[in-house]
Amino acid sequence: MAETTGQGANAPAPTHGRDSGASRDGLALRLISPVMRLVEIPMLFLQRLLGINRLAWVFLLPNLVLFGLFAFLPVILNIAYAATGGDNVLLADRPYVGARNFVTLGDCASYLDPNSCREDKFWRAVWNTAWFVTLQVGIMVGFSLLTAIVLNREIRARGFFRAVFFFPVLLSPVVVALIWKWILQREGVLNAFLDWTGVGGYNWLVDADWAFGWSVFLSVWAHMGFYTLILLAGLQAIPRDVYEAATMDRASPWRVFRRITLPLLSPTMLVVLVLALIKGVQTFDEVYAFTGGGPGTATTFIIQYIYEEGFAGAPRLFGLAAAASLLVAGVLVVLTLVQLWLNRRSADG
Amino acid sequence: MSRTLAFLTATRGGARLHWTDWASYGYLFLGVFLMFFPVVWLVLSSFKTEADLQRYPPTFLPYQQQTITLEGHTDPLPLFEITGGEHEGKILAQLRRVGLRAQMVDPADPETRLTIDIADRVPVERFTLATENYRDLFGRFNFLLYFWNSTFITVTATLIMLLTNSMAAFALSKYQFRGRTLVLLLVIGTLMIPQTVVLVPLFLIVTELGMFNSLWGVIIPGAATPTGVFLLRQYMLTIPDEILDAARMDKASEWKIYWRIILPLSAPAIAVLAILAIMWRWNDFLWPLIVLTQSENFTLQLALNSFQGELQTQWSSLLAMTVLTLLPIAMVFMFLQKYIATGIASTGGK
Repeated sequence: MAETTGQGANAPAPTHGRDSGASRDGLALRLISPVMRLVEIPMLFLQRLLGINRLAWVFLLPNLVLFGLFAFLPVILNIAYAATGGDNVLLADRPYVGARNFVTLGDCASYLDPNSCREDKFWRAVWNTAWFVTLQVGIMVGFSLLTAIVLNREIRARGFFRAVFFFPVLLSPVVVALIWKWILQREGVLNAFLDWTGVGGYNWLVDADWAFGWSVFLSVWAHMGFYTLILLAGLQAIPRDVYEAATMDRASPWRVFRRITLPLLSPTMLVVLVLALIKGVQTFDEVYAFTGGGPGTATTFIIQYIYEEGFAGAPRLFGLAAAASLLVAGVLVVLTLVQLWLNRRSADG
Repeated sequence: MSRTLAFLTATRGGARLHWTDWASYGYLFLGVFLMFFPVVWLVLSSFKTEADLQRYPPTFLPYQQQTITLEGHTDPLPLFEITGGEHEGKILAQLRRVGLRAQMVDPADPETRLTIDIADRVPVERFTLATENYRDLFGRFNFLLYFWNSTFITVTATLIMLLTNSMAAFALSKYQFRGRTLVLLLVIGTLMIPQTVVLVPLFLIVTELGMFNSLWGVIIPGAATPTGVFLLRQYMLTIPDEILDAARMDKASEWKIYWRIILPLSAPAIAVLAILAIMWRWNDFLWPLIVLTQSENFTLQLALNSFQGELQTQWSSLLAMTVLTLLPIAMVFMFLQKYIATGIASTGGK
């Protein structure tokens, strides 16, 4: 299991042949059989017409149409949108403005101070996202590593503990947001506990700093299990005998961790870090359902800015939204390329 | 006693627990508390009445004040236990409250009215699940409609995705044709385009295709996932080509080879992808939020989010709806936990 670190690097272990799952597959097959048999007639005709190898294009066609329409075309159109103004959704009715949208976004006296910018909301969102990603990724990778190391020990009920940490990953962002909103509200269970201990409750989500802090916490809570899982796979790929040799040499646990675990895990750590960064930059739904971006703009992130400029508000500033998303896309493409490169490297090594 | 302790603290190697083991277990139990308690708290709270939800500090289990129906009173009367004064120890039903005094009657003797200081009474409560929170969802809110929308989107999108992705993966793994490398590169390229950054043009395309405000506007664009093609292709590459050749000798058509041989043999990979697709679609939020603007087309996630704005105070319905939204995923998780973990680890979680 050396290649568990990313996209498609690790296909599930092949078990060909009709074993235990055969009867269930049989049922599924019997259900789709009539449709498939109907499709066979035109497919047979195409096979005669094109020959076997060119028939591949027929198999590819549905997916290529979907990719073309909903992945490639949008990228090209996005560039066109970023160069137009007005609030009409049809490109033909949109006036060409050149780079004006980018100029508007970049019109700042000082980039460190959102108040000095013409599009101050954009820069607030940029800075919020930057802070959020830094904190969230740092804390999350730290806790994921700790959890993975603990789960990698010889402990009882390891499967159970692993499942517990993984469970929140499956919850929808809205559900995650509501769970924590319910706990953190003024008369919620956390405040009741704090009152009981004598610390005293607090109006958490009304205070900008606390709302931001809790957003980071909620995001770590919801996604930690996923990274724990990847790191755990990375830990299990480290050969046992290296550790045995260290035990023979009476190395201290801390030394073993510093000199063996960390270096051997670093390729996996890097992939996890980059994956978490990519996801962090795109954070929207859980925090949006949690705080609505508030109080004020304290938890408004860049995707929410795009959503609000383009879809939620009036007038709909599609041009500005597209320009902002091109900037995000630039960051994401760089991160993805780094990730693919790391992936290949960790798969080779 | 000491033997039980020894048994409980024994590790797999048979030795006693080291302090690092204690620290590990401590950390894990804290983790279990942090990861599970919020969800358990939500589920328990969803069975509380609105009145019980307003109570501060909150109780752990849902309680309801006991009531009694007496002759001559149409509404059920709340029961209180008297803690002081001359009626101490009795259980009385309250008729009404006037300032700091309450008018009460003894259920055994409903004719005599008693006046009690409100400081001297505590409500009689019993553990009761307020199932009306759930019943209300079906009656007062269009819960079934949202549930149906979500289910329809999830099932249809998953089926379309499995079909198109497995066909493409079959072509990319089992045929030698010109342009194969190009297509593969295109698929990798698609991986780099997250939906979150092409929202504006995607919105235009979907509108132009007449799918704005329709469930299809959520289903069709969501079916284009390169992750699925990758996962399936990777798996299909391990299926030996000799099986295909043998089938061709028997004059099986290519389509027949696809659905009679390749599909059944790829069942494990398809199962993993199906679980992932179900999860993605059921939990999807941003794209439906943009495409579906009329509330009769809302998915559960959208309905839940818009309700939390509108029904600020009505936590009882909101919590019940939240529980019903997470229930299908929780069930999928319980039954297919193993596959979900491997599936997500091998795809990078999209």
